[in-house]
Amino acid sequence: MFSAETLQKFAREVAKYPADQKQSASMACLAHAQEEKGWLAPESIEAVANYLGMPPIAAYEVASFYNMYDLKPVGKYKITVCTNLPCALSGGYHAGEYLQHKLGVGYGETTPDGKFTLKEGECMGACGDAPVFIVNNRSMCSHMHPEQIDKLLEECK
Amino acid sequence: MAMLGSINGVLMEGLDGDNSWSLKDYVARGGYAQLKRILDSKMTQEDVISEVKKSVLRGRGGAGFPTGLKWSFMPRSFPGDKYVVCNTDEGEPGTFKDRDIMRYNPHAVIEGMAIAAYAMGANRGYNYVHGEVWLEYKRFEEALDQARAAGFIGQNILGSGFNFELFAHHGYGAYICGEETALLESIEGKKGQPRFKPPFPASFGLYGKPTTINNTETFASIPFILKMGGEEFLNLGKPNNGGTKLFSVSGHVNRPGNYEIPLGTPFATLLEMCGGMRGGRKLKAVIPGGSSAPVMPADVIMDCTMDYDSISKGGSMLGSGAVIVMDETVCMVKALDRLSFFYHEESCGQCTPCREGTAWMYKVVHRIENGLGKPEDLDLLNSVLGNIAGRTICALGDAAAFPVQSFIKHFGKEFEYHIEHKTCLVPKDVQWAGSGFHKIPA
Repeated sequence: MFSAETLQKFAREVAKYPADQKQSASMACLAHAQEEKGWLAPESIEAVANYLGMPPIAAYEVASFYNMYDLKPVGKYKITVCTNLPCALSGGYHAGEYLQHKLGVGYGETTPDGKFTLKEGECMGACGDAPVFIVNNRSMCSHMHPEQIDKLLEECK
Repeated sequence: MAMLGSINGVLMEGLDGDNSWSLKDYVARGGYAQLKRILDSKMTQEDVISEVKKSVLRGRGGAGFPTGLKWSFMPRSFPGDKYVVCNTDEGEPGTFKDRDIMRYNPHAVIEGMAIAAYAMGANRGYNYVHGEVWLEYKRFEEALDQARAAGFIGQNILGSGFNFELFAHHGYGAYICGEETALLESIEGKKGQPRFKPPFPASFGLYGKPTTINNTETFASIPFILKMGGEEFLNLGKPNNGGTKLFSVSGHVNRPGNYEIPLGTPFATLLEMCGGMRGGRKLKAVIPGGSSAPVMPADVIMDCTMDYDSISKGGSMLGSGAVIVMDETVCMVKALDRLSFFYHEESCGQCTPCREGTAWMYKVVHRIENGLGKPEDLDLLNSVLGNIAGRTICALGDAAAFPVQSFIKHFGKEFEYHIEHKTCLVPKDVQWAGSGFHKIPA
């Protein structure tokens, strides 16, 4: 189900917790699983649960509670835009509108070529750098004005 | 972004952006010397806690609870595992200080946690890091590897016989996990839903073991308190408000960013450090402690100093020190609309008053913003918020209610105007200009 590399990452996470608390690693393992597969299909969640010896429903509860897990396929690049108040004061709404205009899709949608998914996000803890995006849950992009947005989209091959 | 300015800075002094976070730089700045001193001199746990109490360090995550007192609640002699947990789940809108601490001074957090563990007889720890700040999480893991290799954490630390294993755990997008018992649930690999208290974490915490949870900045302050002595740290600030504090300033200032200043510094001084108001516009309102803190009108905040007591007297909370600055281009209805959506979105759904109430508040504020408000809506909002506050397991319910209550209290006229005229008192193009977003090319 998962690559040797991902399984190695799983093992590293499990080692952080007491031997009888493997479930603690579910958040990190689900994140690694998503990183490999692009999204979390029910089979992936079940495989993580089996790996950790926890009921699949408990792993599904985790996957569905935290909003950075994708329970449906997303584009190659998932761009999450913070529009919370501190960001909005410095252009968060407008950056999102610009991005929607450029990509031709709204929040929660994926471009027809499957390249981009756009999401509206909550506070990312970088309000001083507004407008702020996160690409694929990993890469934080700061001060996203039109020029920077154009550049980002160009870099997403 | 690095720290943009400081007055009598302590935590973030002598840093050189991305170039000085590693172990050797921290040691060169005198890092880990306090942990070593405590272990070498076999300083008693009581003495360590007493030094922290003297500093009047108050929790930097938002609640402002005295750290030394919190530490003294731990049953130090309880047999078996005991935990210290660092709360770096920095998701309170407006707050971005812990991210910089993790980025530029992660070893201060590790040393602070090790000292805390020693003082409370804990043998294991976790740092719970906001899922959105991945690079900082990875950097912290790297710092942990360095500290482990150098023998500052792990088994038999510096030959003292003291053991402390420390790991990083990341969140994955849930504001509620900043609440300490939700955070514990999350480390246990569950949905982050807060627990009933009591029992408090000091008696029933992570995996049911005694646990103390402190904020990142709180832990990072510990080595410096031990170094300069509690009293000197206290004197940096003002009585009952010890030390310096990081303030994250966002919104309509010329230089948004983090600033470290002594508690008790006038708000006007902080505003000046930020280069003043963007475009020289007029200050309208400030949320002084993260989005959950009541909003303060300009004239009230301008008379305040930045410390727990002064802000509290001014009708709000210092919270996490997240200062959201709003100028005259802000439509307060629209601002509240966004905040209300946030609390509705992030309510964990466990308590009915919060789950249903936040949805109601958002729905009503949103319809006012969109010109569909009814004359009785402000009374309705006050009634709904009154049925949330104080009626939920955790403070998210209160946090959702305070903004609504304070926005209506101080800016009720704007809400009434919206309801009556079905549009905003502040013209849309003025709002756009205020955001500073470069105009979309035609």
